[in-house]
Amino acid sequence: MPPVRAEILARRDEIVAGLAAIVGEEHVIVTEDERRAYEADALSAYRAVPLAVVLPGTTEEVAAVVRYLSEGGVKIIARGAGTSLSGGALPSPDAVVVGLARMNRILSVDYENRIARVEAGVTNINITNTVAHRGFFYAPDPSSQLACTIAGNIAMNSGGAHCLKYGVTTNNVLGIRMVTIDGTIVDIGGDHLDAASYDLLGLIVGSEGQFGIVTEATVRILRAAEGARPMLMGFDSAEAAGACVAAIIASGIIPVAIEYMDRPAIKVCEAFAHAGYPLDVEALLIIEVEGSEAEIEDLIGRITSIASGFAPSTTRVSKSEAESAAIWKGRKSAFGAMGRISDYMCMDGVIPTSRLPDVLKRVGEICASYGLAVANIFHAGDGNLHPLILFNANDPKELAKAEEAGADVLKLCVEVGGCLTGEHGVGIEKRDLMGFQFSAVDLGLQMRIKSVFDPQWLLNPAKVFPLDGRPPLADAA
Amino acid sequence: MNVTLLPKDENEIAAAVANAAAQRLPLAIMGGGTRAGLGRPVAAKATLSTRALTGITLYEPAELVLSARAGTPLEEIETLLAAKSQRLAFEPMDHRPLLGEGGEPTIGGVVAANVSGPRRIQAGAARDSLIGIRAVTGEGEIVKSGGRVMKNVTGYDLVKFLAGSYGTLAVLTEVSFKLIPSPETETTLVLTGLDDVAAVAALSAALGSPFSVTGAAHRPAFGREPARSFIRLDGFATSVADRAKRLATDLTDYGKAEQLAGRASVSLWQTIRDVALLGTAPKVPIWRISTRPSLAPALVETVRRAFEARVLYDWGGGLVWIAGGEGRDAGAAIIRGALGGNGHATLIRASEEVRSAVEIFQPLAPPLLELTRKLKRIFDPAGILNPGRVYAGL
Repeated sequence: MPPVRAEILARRDEIVAGLAAIVGEEHVIVTEDERRAYEADALSAYRAVPLAVVLPGTTEEVAAVVRYLSEGGVKIIARGAGTSLSGGALPSPDAVVVGLARMNRILSVDYENRIARVEAGVTNINITNTVAHRGFFYAPDPSSQLACTIAGNIAMNSGGAHCLKYGVTTNNVLGIRMVTIDGTIVDIGGDHLDAASYDLLGLIVGSEGQFGIVTEATVRILRAAEGARPMLMGFDSAEAAGACVAAIIASGIIPVAIEYMDRPAIKVCEAFAHAGYPLDVEALLIIEVEGSEAEIEDLIGRITSIASGFAPSTTRVSKSEAESAAIWKGRKSAFGAMGRISDYMCMDGVIPTSRLPDVLKRVGEICASYGLAVANIFHAGDGNLHPLILFNANDPKELAKAEEAGADVLKLCVEVGGCLTGEHGVGIEKRDLMGFQFSAVDLGLQMRIKSVFDPQWLLNPAKVFPLDGRPPLADAA
Repeated sequence: MNVTLLPKDENEIAAAVANAAAQRLPLAIMGGGTRAGLGRPVAAKATLSTRALTGITLYEPAELVLSARAGTPLEEIETLLAAKSQRLAFEPMDHRPLLGEGGEPTIGGVVAANVSGPRRIQAGAARDSLIGIRAVTGEGEIVKSGGRVMKNVTGYDLVKFLAGSYGTLAVLTEVSFKLIPSPETETTLVLTGLDDVAAVAALSAALGSPFSVTGAAHRPAFGREPARSFIRLDGFATSVADRAKRLATDLTDYGKAEQLAGRASVSLWQTIRDVALLGTAPKVPIWRISTRPSLAPALVETVRRAFEARVLYDWGGGLVWIAGGEGRDAGAAIIRGALGGNGHATLIRASEEVRSAVEIFQPLAPPLLELTRKLKRIFDPAGILNPGRVYAGL
């Protein structure tokens, strides 16, 4: 982390009073016990208790808070629900966390135009829950969708299991209201499609809280297909499962999701969710198709016929809503289920799908070389891997080994033509690996863009870019 | 005298741009030139063309991914994809019929103008299919963003920011897309005689159905031609037939739907994509407006009270093409006034005189213009890349 600014720590009481004057004392979190709840996100290996936490209730309050803090040269960490797996919401002792938890209203739903306007602190699932009675849904569905917020989804450009067909956050957001570092409120995009000219919205989505604080968003809602059905297929080898995925996609079918689990992951998820996953296979695919009953039957028939060329040892099509729910519960709670048996680091690299079997083998070898076990659960249709590297967090040596193994895995992803992160974001976790994917020139350009939005580098400053090679900061105002 | 530079590779582009930057020599950036009439006129003595920078560098049908150098003709890409029953998802419009330019559209030009077509409503715009870019900044630096994999949130998304920046931020050298399978078949439901309000309501109902509509357009009546509304379905043949039947039943309040199948449907959507269905005479100004679909009919009515206009609605009413516009501003004040803050209006075709005098692109709110100006300076400090093409002084 960058050095903690002692002069900011010394001004703590004054800063707390300043924040309380804006949002009211009851919405500033001051005591150490309460601040500790914000010391980490879902990347819990990294922790730091923030200077204070402020919970504004309106965009105007966010603007006043940001203006106040930036004028005082105080670092600002925006936080949704704190479910980041890359440390995107990790604070520092000299930073104020601006939490959006109170801004969680759905402002309007317009079925005719298929859009919803929401405050950015709303949870992802709440949008779908609100529109489901009319058969609509909000498409991006991160595994953390019960808790994670649209603000965090926008910051990280989050994906999910169903983005193979429906795209990720950036494809489903039409407009945002954002507070810039000087406290200006700007509307970018709106409730229409595409930018008037320069796609500022496209640049801001995925900027990891480094450009401003998004307080409201207009998102697309889509009419759901009439029905959806998952099927399970077990294979004796990763090669066979990988080749089967390629053959399905090459045939002209885009299933709504193709999820992959290896043997260790299957065992843990089955023990947790009792989904009926086969336990005697090396690789399990969950393939979901959707449409009318006849379309589902047709697609499952086509997929089964393609898959038969790869000798699946089990094929099971869900027969009921309850069975489908159990199948997805096993997948979506995979990270939590794994957490019950071991600490883990969750990687998020992406590879060309043709490299799946080879890369999985090498991931296993890398982890074994550090004496660590690994479980793989991921989105096979788009090559977004999630190796879970298991370790004991109470042993600092094991943490260091897990980090090294993780770095080797991500370097491997880049080496085969992929990238460091497909949906979790760079955050603190992959910051120092950016040089493996980008040249100094690439990073220089991105950092100059950061400086346009935030000349003093106060917004989530420790993230995304290696600490070495950063540009000199503009003078504090 | 206007010279044209034809660099053959990325390094030559970088050298040419660096050289121009050192001399503060403005460059017009050009692909096939078929969209040269879009945007504000650029005052440049030299043109940098990507026409010699061609070639498909990667095509993996089983991964649904393709990369090509910026000057690669779009037709070459579409032909290659068609052979494997795949295609670009966003159905890029061909501007030649409208703008009257010759030449061959290039894939770089498609990206630079974020060109999409009717399928945008369901499958996203060019920027949504674009997964990676390589480009040369105004300082002659070679940069990349994204890559060739389907999901990528590593670093800022310059892929989106450069799509639709009309060569004013960087010269694109290579672009990568995710693809979709071509459907086995397509069919179009045609409703006749609806007024604009009813038509947009019918299109909204279709788009809000579970039947995966991939096109939703409406052409109001003109002359002896009655109004017609079009709804496209595509996919596997049995599924399309079934969905068409059920959707037609759901839409009976809007009249009896006829069906246009196969080739006839394909040609129809080409005329919608290229705006030929507007049936306008040359030289009449043409506006392209993106707004909330339910607002579109009232907008059109306001405009029609001010001047005679031919209209075509696409994207379920969210995209409105207007042919018409009087006076020195080609109707800009009236159209943008009627639109209010609810979207944006772009002047696609007008005389050079009008294009020099009118804001071609929707004016930005002052804080956003200021932000854009600063970003332009980061990419192109000398201000040599297509200066003024999008906004004056940018």
